[in-house]
Amino acid sequence: MQYMCLIYSQEGSGPQPGTDEFGPFMQGYTDFTQRMKDEGKLIAGDALQPVATATTVVTRNGKSEMVDGPFAETKEQLGGYYLLECQNLDEALACAAQIPTVTYGRIEVRPLLVWD
Amino acid sequence: MLPPARAEAQITRLIREDWGRILASLVSSIGDYALAEDSLQDAVVEALGRWSDTGLPRNPDAWLITVARRKALDRLRRSETAARKAPDLVLWLEGLGDAAEDAPMLIPDHRLELIFTCCHPALEEKSRVALTLRALGGLTTEEIASAFVDTPAAMAARLTRAKKKLRAAGVPFKLPEMEDLHARLDGVLKVIYLIFNEGSHASSGTLSRADLVAEAIRLGRILKGLLPDHAEITGLIALMLLTDSRRLARTDAGGSFVTLEDQNRARWDRAKIAEGAGLVEQALTAGPPGPYALQAAISALHAQAPTFASTDWPQIVALYGALARLDPNPIIRINQAVALSYAEGPAPALALLDAVAEAQDLSRYQPLHASRADLLSRLARHDEAAQSYRAAIALARAPEQVDFLTRRLNALDTP
Repeated sequence: MQYMCLIYSQEGSGPQPGTDEFGPFMQGYTDFTQRMKDEGKLIAGDALQPVATATTVVTRNGKSEMVDGPFAETKEQLGGYYLLECQNLDEALACAAQIPTVTYGRIEVRPLLVWD
Repeated sequence: MLPPARAEAQITRLIREDWGRILASLVSSIGDYALAEDSLQDAVVEALGRWSDTGLPRNPDAWLITVARRKALDRLRRSETAARKAPDLVLWLEGLGDAAEDAPMLIPDHRLELIFTCCHPALEEKSRVALTLRALGGLTTEEIASAFVDTPAAMAARLTRAKKKLRAAGVPFKLPEMEDLHARLDGVLKVIYLIFNEGSHASSGTLSRADLVAEAIRLGRILKGLLPDHAEITGLIALMLLTDSRRLARTDAGGSFVTLEDQNRARWDRAKIAEGAGLVEQALTAGPPGPYALQAAISALHAQAPTFASTDWPQIVALYGALARLDPNPIIRINQAVALSYAEGPAPALALLDAVAEAQDLSRYQPLHASRADLLSRLARHDEAAQSYRAAIALARAPEQVDFLTRRLNALDTP
């Protein structure tokens, strides 16, 4: 089964570039990605640029609107994702628990919808 | 032949007893909880119809499993998408052929996997409780609804959502990995204890308190049988037995709540106390005690004391101390203060209570005000006691609580 792991955190929280913690933190991500590759679980994974770079598009009654910013002004924002191939939910949750941001943010794990 | 109503009652009771084990076996072989449960339900309907006429088969469990598998195949054949998604299952079920319905069958016990599945953290707590009652207790949707004071429709919707989530999210039907077992077991114990508390406090509905209490204890025993080396399970069973041993003494003839101090100890169930105390001993000697074992130990000390006054209060104070180190819930420290008041006196107890209140904001916490009021009244500080009782009454939610606290408040005016 394929699971989306959506990585949420408050922007500016967690280890920041230039600090001592940042190097090991990024290494944690590199190690995790490699591990997922080695285990045959990695389908895709990326970090997103900060929400300041986001633009939201909405079309209602034929009228299109573009808004500067994310879809909602929440404290925690989407910062990245992994798409993993796992046997079952327990395996997906165990993987998500290893994503470095889990210690100060939150990871939502959701199965992909499979169309027949 | 038994008269129809008697036969049906006997059949229902038998099915209900074995329901968990039969369902667990079906889920294990069919691989899909919802399909297994629906198919078993179909088989039960047929059993109720046929057995009333023909009598019980030689191997009722085997009969139900065999027929349920046929019903599962019927269901898969009726739904094109379901059959397409599970070709291996269809093949396997077809391969079973026409086995004699009550041919003897070895039925391995998969109830442990079933309990862990129903209590999976992917489900919200109330759904875990409801699903456990359904899957392992064999309770009907109506019975579970009444335990929660929900409508059957709301409970049915909840169970449907839970079963959908199990399938859609891919919750596996297997035991947790070793490194997760402890945490997942904690979750299961919590569900069982919630069922017990629901039964101890349930004030309405057609399902009596006693049924849920008995169900929780039964589930605890099943779990202990399946995981004999986990002392916290023993601790939980002990706690449930000891708590339940006082059930008849907890309310008076008018239905009002009676405190431990005032309970008629002759109404305590000595058999439950004996078994509970034995289990406490087992749990405490198995290693560092967990919270259930500690609570059970405290309960055992109460149960074994001939009178309230002769209770081993210092030991209870120490046990609450150990419990507080495992659980930050303020009620533990408050109970410790109350025990201290009997071990050493109300004044040191009040000091402890004030320290607890200082450490965190408990201004809206009713037990704090109720305990303060009691200690103050025993120190003859009646005006302050009255104030605290009023604060407690304002925060109390259950009518029995309000009633009890009001009586205490009024008693203060009596010289």
